[in-house]
Amino acid sequence: MGKITKFGDDGEEVTMKETPTSHQPETQDDVSMADAGEEGEEGEEEYEEEGASTKVRLLPGSTPTAASFEFLEENHTLGNALRYVIMKNPDVEFCAYAIPHPSEAKMNVRIQTYEGTTAVEALRKGLRDIQELCDVVSDKFLEARNDFAEKKASASA
Amino acid sequence: MGSSKKQTAVPVRTKVPSPEEVEKRNTVHINAETVTNVTSTDFPGFYPGEDHSWDIEKFRENVRVVFHQNDPYEAQFSLIGVDASIANAFRRIMIADIPTLAIEDIFMWNNTSVIQDEVLGHRLGLIPFTGGKEGLHNFLKWYKKGETPCDYNTVELELKVKCENNQNAPTDSKDPKELYHNAHVYAKDIKFVPKGRQAKYFSGENVIRPTNPDILVAKMRPGQEIDLTMHMHKGVGSDHAKFSPVATASYRLMPTITILEPILGRDAEKFQKCFPKGVIGLEKVTKEEAKQKGSGYEGHEGELKAVVLDAMRDTVSRECLRHDEFKDKVKLGRRRDHFIYLVESTGQWESDAIFLESIAHLKEKAKRFEKMVVNMVQ
Repeated sequence: MGKITKFGDDGEEVTMKETPTSHQPETQDDVSMADAGEEGEEGEEEYEEEGASTKVRLLPGSTPTAASFEFLEENHTLGNALRYVIMKNPDVEFCAYAIPHPSEAKMNVRIQTYEGTTAVEALRKGLRDIQELCDVVSDKFLEARNDFAEKKASASA
Repeated sequence: MGSSKKQTAVPVRTKVPSPEEVEKRNTVHINAETVTNVTSTDFPGFYPGEDHSWDIEKFRENVRVVFHQNDPYEAQFSLIGVDASIANAFRRIMIADIPTLAIEDIFMWNNTSVIQDEVLGHRLGLIPFTGGKEGLHNFLKWYKKGETPCDYNTVELELKVKCENNQNAPTDSKDPKELYHNAHVYAKDIKFVPKGRQAKYFSGENVIRPTNPDILVAKMRPGQEIDLTMHMHKGVGSDHAKFSPVATASYRLMPTITILEPILGRDAEKFQKCFPKGVIGLEKVTKEEAKQKGSGYEGHEGELKAVVLDAMRDTVSRECLRHDEFKDKVKLGRRRDHFIYLVESTGQWESDAIFLESIAHLKEKAKRFEKMVVNMVQ
């Protein structure tokens, strides 16, 4: 123990930092996450350049049309949502997600596609679809909220 | 990459399910002892000939939001037309991933009260605080472990109370609150100590203060005192529940009650009592209805019949399924794609803003991973 394989570094081993007593996000990317909604893109770009640690990797044994991906520090929140949108893709033959062990913060996604596309492309499309979906839900939510506020204001006036 | 070979095949006519069929697929059946038709089936290939592929325009047409209540600390709304996996992602993010400020470090200078340091510390940590939204959400940043506390990542609070005898207490009084000063320590006794630029963001009505000032923190007797300094940091609910911005964020599926055959007279009244108030109403059978043959109302003009007023208020207790007189006359269910959310804020965010933030959070997460997937392939 005490050693972990750093992702994106081809198996080179690095010493794991002392286990933090708190799970509070320590990485810079979480900072960009927190103020992402309000503050525009600048903060994120900065992060992209300095600490480009990746949290997703292709598991061994993958072929172009059938692959498993490992997501670090993700759980059912993204797993199930991603599984759903990827299953909505007609080029996808099979998609499932799993959390192999509850005490490891890892989430695996398995994608098998029909010929003509790749598992990576299906994953990308899934992630893009989630973003589109969020925009639509956000628009609809704001619309409904403002309508409700107007109705309330006109009712009390 | 994948879209290189788009075959220009003759478009196959896609079957479109009838509205009744869609309704049927969207209903979870609730029977006396079982639930059936539970899983969603809106995937390509599930129904031969039908198109269930992801289509953002179709989604935009179908999805609806209806507000029922929108108060700062409590909001109730329906999100209609999404899958459970998406609705659940929003709920989970609201509980565990939206950051708030809470007491994290305590410097206990003196504590001679009977409540132990660690227990007092735990109690203090759980007190929800509020303050200027601009400062909380935009000015304050994450505190990295080991970093020097600064005005932009740490908020200092102070609690300094001493219990003393009240010289002016009525002689016959037995109430500790009259007999002593500071016999009870409340959340409102915690004072905010502004540092640096914090004075700009957290002053006047924007001061950092407990959302509920009357939370009882400790009890003391004369001679005892509590003197401590606290550091608040930003954190998320997945680390500790004290960081969760919501007291509850939950959803339930919209109940459906279908009366298949008329329920009349005494039965109707009994049927009404099987449900919470306001779910079932009683109406008189009209002349026209009584005339209609095969409606089940023949010869019952003027009698009371049970009608569904507001299925949303039902708790789906299934009480009505326990009585033989309603057998085969009523069908209970839930709408698979109609989520009634209840979001109760603990004060640092407006309830509706928490949901909006959860949407933004999911989008941001997908965006980051998309970039990482692109990098992974290169």
